[in-house]
Amino acid sequence: MLKIKRVPTVVSNYQKDESADESVGCGRNCLGACCINGARLPLYACKKLDKSGVGEKPVAFLESLVLGEWEDRFQRGLFRYDVTACETKVIPGKYGFVAQLNEGRHLKKRPTEFRVDKVLQSFDGNKFNFTKVGQEELLFQFEAGEDGEVQFFPCMPLDAENSPSVVAINVSPIEYGHVLLIPRVLDCLPQRIDHKSLLLALHMAAEAANPYFRLGYNSLGAFATINHLHFQAYYLAMPFPLEKAPSKKMVTTASGVKISELLSYPVRSLLFEGGSSMQDLSDTVSDACVCLQNNNIPFNILIADCGRQIFLMPQCYAEKQALGEVSPEVLETQVNPAVWEISGHMVLKRKEDYEGASEENAWRLLAEASLSEERFKEVNALIFEAIGCSYQEEELEGTVVEQDNPSGSVNQKSNRTHGGPITNGTASECLVLQ
Amino acid sequence: MSITQSSASLFTTATEEKEGAFSARYSLWIKEALDELPHSFTITDPFISGHPIVFASPGFLKMTGYSREEVIGRNGRAFQGPKTNRRSIMEIREAIREERPVQVSILNYRKSGSPFWMLFHMIPVFGNDDGRVIHFVAVQVPISGRKMRNGSGCSEMVFGSCRREVCLGSYVHQERALPVECDEQELENWEHCEASESEKLKSVEAVGNVLSVLTRYSEFAGRLVCGKRSCLRVADCLSSSLVISLGRIKQSFVLTNPCLPDMPVVYASDAFLTLTGYKRHEVLGQNCRFLSGVDTDSSVLYEMKECILKGKPCTVQILNYSNRKDKSTFWNLLHISPVRNASGKTAYFVGVQMEASCKDIESKELRPETRQLSVVGAVRVAVRSSFMVTC
Repeated sequence: MLKIKRVPTVVSNYQKDESADESVGCGRNCLGACCINGARLPLYACKKLDKSGVGEKPVAFLESLVLGEWEDRFQRGLFRYDVTACETKVIPGKYGFVAQLNEGRHLKKRPTEFRVDKVLQSFDGNKFNFTKVGQEELLFQFEAGEDGEVQFFPCMPLDAENSPSVVAINVSPIEYGHVLLIPRVLDCLPQRIDHKSLLLALHMAAEAANPYFRLGYNSLGAFATINHLHFQAYYLAMPFPLEKAPSKKMVTTASGVKISELLSYPVRSLLFEGGSSMQDLSDTVSDACVCLQNNNIPFNILIADCGRQIFLMPQCYAEKQALGEVSPEVLETQVNPAVWEISGHMVLKRKEDYEGASEENAWRLLAEASLSEERFKEVNALIFEAIGCSYQEEELEGTVVEQDNPSGSVNQKSNRTHGGPITNGTASECLVLQ
Repeated sequence: MSITQSSASLFTTATEEKEGAFSARYSLWIKEALDELPHSFTITDPFISGHPIVFASPGFLKMTGYSREEVIGRNGRAFQGPKTNRRSIMEIREAIREERPVQVSILNYRKSGSPFWMLFHMIPVFGNDDGRVIHFVAVQVPISGRKMRNGSGCSEMVFGSCRREVCLGSYVHQERALPVECDEQELENWEHCEASESEKLKSVEAVGNVLSVLTRYSEFAGRLVCGKRSCLRVADCLSSSLVISLGRIKQSFVLTNPCLPDMPVVYASDAFLTLTGYKRHEVLGQNCRFLSGVDTDSSVLYEMKECILKGKPCTVQILNYSNRKDKSTFWNLLHISPVRNASGKTAYFVGVQMEASCKDIESKELRPETRQLSVVGAVRVAVRSSFMVTC
């Protein structure tokens, strides 16, 4: 049995190890049956129709709601630290990776067991989940509306019958405004993508109407910390390196969704955009994710450009780590390449890592998470089959592909393919001690 | 196309106001001098909320089919559309944010709705005295060539025209293709449309010409502008990208700088000026005490001062004196809070004003307290990110 020590990120003030028992009448004002009666939150129901607006506009209603409620919790001291007091900088280089020195993010070192080799795992009510957060950590309910207009209700009861979705704070924020979108929180869905939930996330990105507000998703095995379906989001008013990477179109689906692969980026990724509607785009990506989940391939998702661009990044870092194949220097930084890191935003725990942060280091770290070229092609084939479109790789003459890679080859140890489906359950149980 | 009628329409007044703001920076006849240039170009002002166009050349109006009134006051994004490449939009946005030049091919739309490709070349124009970006100049060169970088159809186009030349038995130097009749749908679906070398040179020439006129007329006015930043931005002057971000916030607020003597105002929103009745130049560089008067409670002022020293947020109700026509006083529910920049240290204080009479809650709106805090949040995001600009 392979074990790795890992330190969890605490996202709620009530996150404990699961050995704490569920006492009756917990007195924590959580979302469990013990406390939920009488719970009230503002409700924001967004427009049903697709938005076709252009670019940044005056601060939108949803943005005011998120920022206003977040600032309220900020001033009430609900966060574990003041993230704005953490020094941050753009690393000089072509891509502009963003580094932050945050020594306080990973303080709790109690080990918890969390399987890293299975993307699909059942919800376990005994472990920490979002029904156990205190209600003060919730900001508002968020729904995909039925009407053509935004509807806002400042004080709406939380009704289990309606299967409410909520937005909560992340008490260990990466940046100001870091929130969690928890679809149908009371339904206790495990961390896996389904069509309805991804569409809700896209709606939120579109409603925020700010290209600097992105949503991210980590599957199990790709550094999700809690097995209860959630997306993350925050504001960073500059482009992520991932968003700047050039791309090459591969196919356009029947519903008009354009799928491209990223060029010269340390993590091999797909970019989905277009589609005749937001639903088309969302469904195509969901189909791809379901395919990855069923094949036990961990992945991350970044929703960018107000929901117009969705990046899909399959990865294999955790498996590499369990097999002892990650280089020691990279391991020492204790940086787990989750969606924000892969997008180019690195939170560093040690001052020396921050001072010495360079584009080469960032590249080298992220490259460890990437699938090899061969494996990426295999995975793409699976995805295209699942989506129902065919892709023949063209050998275009004179197609110049930029290989501007400062660290040399992307995957030095690339003889072996990583991240394949683990078919033999008994031989390869990978446990990661948290 | 000049506005000479004394029409009382609000639209015309707003246009005149913005054009007036533009002309004020330069000596007389600047607009006439710019009007004489043959190029298509626009000039935008990042210090006006919404980063609007404040000047549009006759060439631009002809190319897009709009009238001057329809263009002045709009943001450049108004000419983009659903098929405009998202990456190009991002490149322009980032060049503005980083205050640097950019040259990119992009699909725009005319007033009629028809799309066209053009080479967009934009440069920042800096004030010589304070090092800040005064304007952005954007030149538009229509691309008539049919060279495409990738995507299908490229080879077909080339072969098509070659075949025609062969059939005619003549050789035509094919630097750019003959005008091809392709419908607008095709135009919109192109991934990219590369400008020819001569088109790129045209854009550089045009930018140079516009900059020359601006430089000359700014010199006459004694407030030189130039294409390169000649000095570091002075401390009490915010970057244009920060100002653009702050311009999105529609409520009344100010930023003050606690590191400068007497903690002066370094930014005031339009709504603040409307609320207090002051002009921007009367407010910038001043300490906020100009809003206090005889009946303002000094213990409240003391409480504010204590919070500022301790670096803590606070909300107070304070009597303020406006400079509006009636010189009325108003009760200001004022919230102040320190704001840190990317270094992690406090760079500014934000003060968000709310007239006490506005406290009535409208059922379908955010609570006033939430709205007030949302201003603080938006300022925090803007300030923290603005210092992370790469050079």
